[in-house]
Amino acid sequence: MLKDQDRIFQNLYNDLGPDLTSSQKRGDWVNTKEITDKGRDWIINEIKDSQLRGRGGAGFPTGLKWSFAPKEVGSRPHYLVINGDESEPGTCKDRDILRFEPHKLIEGCLIASYAIQAHVCYIYIRGEYFIDGQKLQAAIDEAYEKKLLGKNAAGTGWDLDIYIHYGAGAYICGEETALLESIEGKKGQPRLKPPFPALIGLYGCPTIINNVETIAVVPTILRRGGKWFASLGREKNTGTKIFCISGNVNNPCNVEEEMNIPLKELIEVHAGGVIGGWDNLQAVIPGGSSMPLIPKDKCETLTMDFDSLMAEKSGLGTAGVVVINKDQDIIKCMARIARFYKHESCGQCTPCREGSGWMWRMLERMAKGEASKDEIDMLGDVTKQIEGHTICAFGEGSSWPVQGLLRHFKDEIKKRNKFDPIVKENKNIPYLVDQHLLDKNA
Amino acid sequence: MSLRRPAKNQPENFEFNPSSLDAAKSIVAKYPEGKQQSAVMALLYIAQKQNDNWIPLAAMKYIAKFLNMPYIKVYEVATFYSMYNLSPVGKYFVQVCTTTPCMIRGANKLVEACKEKISEDESVLSNDKSCSWMEVECLGACVNAPMMQINDDYYEDLDKEKTLKILDKILNGEKPTPGSYRGRINNEPENNRKTLMDLKNA
Repeated sequence: MLKDQDRIFQNLYNDLGPDLTSSQKRGDWVNTKEITDKGRDWIINEIKDSQLRGRGGAGFPTGLKWSFAPKEVGSRPHYLVINGDESEPGTCKDRDILRFEPHKLIEGCLIASYAIQAHVCYIYIRGEYFIDGQKLQAAIDEAYEKKLLGKNAAGTGWDLDIYIHYGAGAYICGEETALLESIEGKKGQPRLKPPFPALIGLYGCPTIINNVETIAVVPTILRRGGKWFASLGREKNTGTKIFCISGNVNNPCNVEEEMNIPLKELIEVHAGGVIGGWDNLQAVIPGGSSMPLIPKDKCETLTMDFDSLMAEKSGLGTAGVVVINKDQDIIKCMARIARFYKHESCGQCTPCREGSGWMWRMLERMAKGEASKDEIDMLGDVTKQIEGHTICAFGEGSSWPVQGLLRHFKDEIKKRNKFDPIVKENKNIPYLVDQHLLDKNA
Repeated sequence: MSLRRPAKNQPENFEFNPSSLDAAKSIVAKYPEGKQQSAVMALLYIAQKQNDNWIPLAAMKYIAKFLNMPYIKVYEVATFYSMYNLSPVGKYFVQVCTTTPCMIRGANKLVEACKEKISEDESVLSNDKSCSWMEVECLGACVNAPMMQINDDYYEDLDKEKTLKILDKILNGEKPTPGSYRGRINNEPENNRKTLMDLKNA
């Protein structure tokens, strides 16, 4: 288990209070100026050395992303946008950062803005988190009052303004370009890439978009050194991560742990075990609903990081672990996820808009045992026709969980759906004119 | 995608009251000059708050003029995002999360409770017109499943009995305390905490 002193989010359970004074006691806002005085290149290099990968799902190296921002500010200003549109089923980590560790995020915003030369930072928070957003706003106001934001923020000589922008219940706005559209006051429909937002983003200006958790860990990494962060976890999958363990476990919880922790340890030690014992485990969704599920036999030895889950044809995603035990109907669970995607598709690309509905309706019928045998392969076909044929990654996100189900629980579906529409026996169907066609011996 | 239609009975006029107007002006100031269209989402929220939790078409027209943008663009935004209510939902708007993590912990019991107490069908006002409920997609409190949202507040770690009690309270016009209903603190593992124990005991 990770040592307590190596945990970045000391106030994850709000033992100490989220206000500025107690945050400062935990080390936030101490010597921020010393960090920025070391210069942009040092900051970006240190983040590169730490091998920090984005915590929002895709796992893109953060240092590399920052280095894409133009070195000189031209006629267009640079923007930093923080993605707090946390809507992936199974994930609730950013909410705890917004309400209990807001100063880690705000300080991270200042350092990141300095590194990419942005004077304005927008924090996009999903509309449902209004109360948590208000708590963040209170922390921002507190920071303005203590001159940690605004002109010459925290004595660094850098001017920064932070604004909160609330979403309004669209999952798709977690996609970075849809998020930009949403901030611009349009429908949240993703843009084609390239051009990438690092060059043409918000209002057509260079924009860097990072997840809440990514930015919130930055100040601690710079204080303790990229080497310290890289020493946790394993090569290319370094550091700590907040895992959200939900579903059929005895003690669902959020916990910060080292990358590469065994899944079994996460469930047995932190979440108090599967309801009904480990043998009652059916499957685990390891990284939020868009990642393919993993059946029990593989869960024994699985470790939780980007690359080892990729090897299992799944992914770490947002590290929202959903545990499903044998009391649940796995097809129904996946049908509900398909319904989620059907509801949240933005409607821009046809394969996703129509296909997400097809997948949902087929899975609903499969759960009831009303589908025919052929439809199982047909469902596989539909997922393949969505995946890779859409503007954004929503197509993959909606088809992967279904593919995961087909990969690991095909027998279960086959057992339930035996109906065969092709007439194989000689039946006397009076209204069928061509009776002779049913003759098997012909 | 979900199908969303504006209500049949629409008020003739809509205008921001003075406090909404102040709030709207301070929000427009957050965005660069000439990019006031960005404020449309926040302004729709303000209109929704002022108009008993729903947005009439007149409000969209008003906001379009206010931000100097085409009405259709405001209409697009209001119909795209699911948190803008296009028809009356009652003073207390109950949203029950039924996505998989909540579903496997018994969210259907919460739906049953809503059907018993509020109305048989979702998005239909209760008898006293004060309340309506609907099933929604993931609200992002999966660790505290099953849960529901009433207006802005989250009610977590529920079961049918607790939900019935909460609904009784709101139907009586009281505001129940938000948060976990199993007495646990935030997102910590209940009775099984293994980390940061020094801080817990401090």
